[in-house]
Amino acid sequence: MGEFDFSVWQPSLPFIRDGLLFTLRLTLVAMSGGIVIGTLLALARLSPIVPLARVAGAYVDLMRSIPLVLVILWFFLVIPFITGSPVGAETSAIITFTAFEAAFYCEIMRSGIQSVPRGQVNAAFALGLGQAQTMIHVILPQAVRNMLPVLLTQTIVLFQDTSLVYAIGAKDMLKAADVVGKNYNRPVEMIVLSALIYFTICFSLSLAVKQLQKRVAIIR
Amino acid sequence: MNYHWNWGIFLEPVKSGDETYLDWLITGLGWTLAVSLTAWLIALCIGIAVGALRTTPSRLLVMLGNAWVELFRNIPLLVQMFLWFFVAPEFLPREWSLWVKQDMPAKEFITAALCLGFFTSSRVAEQVRAGVGSLPRGQHDAALALGLTLGQAYRHVILPQALRIVIPPLTSEFMNVFKNSSVAFAIGVLELTFQARQMQEDSEQGIETYLAVTLLYFICAFTANRVMALIEARTRVPGLIGKPA
Amino acid sequence: MIEIRNVSKWYGQTQVLKDCSTHVAKGEVVVVCGPSGSGKSTLIKCVNGLEPFAQGTITVDGISVSDPKTDLPRLRARVGMVFQHFELFPHMSVEQNLVLAQVKVLGRSAEEAVARGAALLDRVGLREHAAKFPGQLSGGQQQRVAIARALAMDPICLLFDEPTSALDPEMIGEVLDVMVELAQEGMTMMCVTHEMGFARKVAKRVVFMDHGEIVEDAPTNAFFDAPASERAKTFLSRILHH
Repeated sequence: MGEFDFSVWQPSLPFIRDGLLFTLRLTLVAMSGGIVIGTLLALARLSPIVPLARVAGAYVDLMRSIPLVLVILWFFLVIPFITGSPVGAETSAIITFTAFEAAFYCEIMRSGIQSVPRGQVNAAFALGLGQAQTMIHVILPQAVRNMLPVLLTQTIVLFQDTSLVYAIGAKDMLKAADVVGKNYNRPVEMIVLSALIYFTICFSLSLAVKQLQKRVAIIR
Repeated sequence: MNYHWNWGIFLEPVKSGDETYLDWLITGLGWTLAVSLTAWLIALCIGIAVGALRTTPSRLLVMLGNAWVELFRNIPLLVQMFLWFFVAPEFLPREWSLWVKQDMPAKEFITAALCLGFFTSSRVAEQVRAGVGSLPRGQHDAALALGLTLGQAYRHVILPQALRIVIPPLTSEFMNVFKNSSVAFAIGVLELTFQARQMQEDSEQGIETYLAVTLLYFICAFTANRVMALIEARTRVPGLIGKPA
Repeated sequence: MIEIRNVSKWYGQTQVLKDCSTHVAKGEVVVVCGPSGSGKSTLIKCVNGLEPFAQGTITVDGISVSDPKTDLPRLRARVGMVFQHFELFPHMSVEQNLVLAQVKVLGRSAEEAVARGAALLDRVGLREHAAKFPGQLSGGQQQRVAIARALAMDPICLLFDEPTSALDPEMIGEVLDVMVELAQEGMTMMCVTHEMGFARKVAKRVVFMDHGEIVEDAPTNAFFDAPASERAKTFLSRILHH
C-alpha cells in the first residue's frame, strides 16, 4: 500500500472550485447552445428540402463517428484560420462542445419530434396555425417533454466529456486537480478527489433523472 | 492566415529519427486496434456476466451488478484512465506496486485496455440486462420446468436469445470502443490520437494529419459495423423476424 | 402422485390462492377449470415450484416442493410441463429443443437423446420437421413438439397450463388428440383447460376454481350433471353455450 496524504485536499479547494466553475459553465453553454442548434439540425434533417436534410445529416453523422478528442484537436487547429487570430483553449472548448453536442442533441430531438403523433399536426393545422406556429407551440413542447430524461442523460455525458479539454490544456476541474497535484507532489490524491467529485455530481444527477423518468411515465 | 498544403508530408522523415510520418500513423493504428479489440473482449465477457447477474432473483447479485454499472458510468473515462494508471498501483503490496510502476512491460497498453474494457463492460451490461428483460417470462419457466438449473437456463436458453436481440445496440458500443480508445493518449499509449498530436507538432501540417487520422477512425468504425452485421446475419434464427414473440 | 394441501399465496396484499387442497393419483387425469384470474395457472405452477407459495405443502411422488432441501431441478426433470404459449426455444431447431434437457439434465448421450426425440416426434406426427425451427411451424405443431419435449424426459406426470388457449380453433383438435392418447395410456395428468369435451372424455375429476379458491372438486360426471355451487353452474352455462 502506498502512503496517502489527503491533507492536500484542503489547500486545493479554491483551485478546484474555479476549475469546477469553468467545467459547469462549459457544460451549461454547450447544453443550451447544443440543444438550440441540435433542434435546428433536427428540423433540417426532417425538412422536405432534400439538400438541406442531406447536409444536416452528413454533419451529424460525421460528428458522431469521430472521437471527441479528435474533434477537440480539429477545432483548436481550425478555428484560428476562420477567426484570423488564435483563440484561447477555453473559447475553443466552448465552441467545440457546442458544435459537437449539437449532433447528439439533434438525434434526440429528431426522435422526440417523430414521437409526437401525426394527428397533433393535423389538429394544429385544422385550428388554422401555420407550419412554424405548429412546430413552436404544439410539436416542440411535446417533443421536449417526451425526451426530457434523455436530454438530461446526454447532459450528464456532456459534463463528463468536458474533462477531455485536457487534450488542449483548458483549465477545467481536472486540469486544476492536475496542477495542484503537481505543485504539492500529490498527484494520486488529487486524481482521487476529482473522481469523487465527478462521481458525486453525476450519480446524484442520474438518480434525479430516474425519478423524473418515473413521473414522465405516469403523465403519459 | 494562409495554409501551406503539403500532401507529400506522410512520406517525409520525422524531424528526429529515420521513420516517416506514415510509420507513426501505422504504429498508431496498430495500438488503437490492439487497445480497442482487447478492451472489447474484456467488455463482452464482464458485461454479459454482469448484465445477467442483474436479472437474477438474488437481491445481492443485482445490487453488486448495479453498483458495478453505476461506478463506471459516473466517472469520466479520462479520469478512470488516470485512476487505473496512477492510483490503482498504490493499492498493491509494496513490491508489486514498485514492479508495476517501474518494470511492468507494456504498462500503458495493459492499463488502457483494462480501463476501457471495464468502462465498456458497464454499457454492455446495461444492454444485456435489457435484452434478458425483453424475453417472455415463459422461456425462463419452460427451461426450469425441464429440470435445467438456473445457470443452465441462462447458458442454453436465455442468453443465446438475449444476445441475438442486443446485437444492434452492441454494434454501436463496438464502434464506440474505437472512438473511446482515443482517450488512452492521456496515459501515453502511442495510439492514433497520440500520433496525430505528435505529428501535428512535429510537421506543422495539422490539417493533413487530422484528415488522415479521421479517415482511419472512420475505417475502424465502418469495419466494426460490418463485422457485427456479419455476426447478426450468421446467428439469425430461421422463421424468426426481429424479437421472439 | 400429486398432493396439494392447504396452499395459500399472496401477491403483496392480494391473496391469489386461498387454502387450496386437492390431489392427483397415479394414472389419473384431473382437469382444473374456472374463470380467468381464478388462480388455476398459478396453482399448477406451484406444483413444480415455478411459483413459490407462502403456506401449505405440495408433494410430488412424496417429495415436498417447498422444502428448501429439495433438489428442485431434479424434481422438475421428472414432472413434464406444457405451456399456453408453447415456450419452445426459438433459437434451437425442433430436434435441439428435444435433446437439450435430456443431455444436460438426464445426462443421456447425444445419440440416445436424438433417437428418443425422433421416436417422440414420430409419435406426435412431426418426424419430418426435426430440422426446422419453431418459428417455421404452426401453433398446433409447436404445441405438439412441446408435448414431445416434455415426454422426452420420461416424466412421472404431466402438467398442462391451458395448452390450447393460444391456438387457432382449427388446430386445437390435433393437440387434444395427442393429450387424449396420453391419458388413455395411463399418464398422470393435471390439466388447466377450458376444453370440456376433453374433460368429459378422459378426466377422472374436475376441480373448479374461482377467486383463488377451490370451489368444487368432484368426479367428472357429477360435476357436469349436477354442479353443487352457483358459481360453477354459471361458469358451465357460459362456457358450454359458446
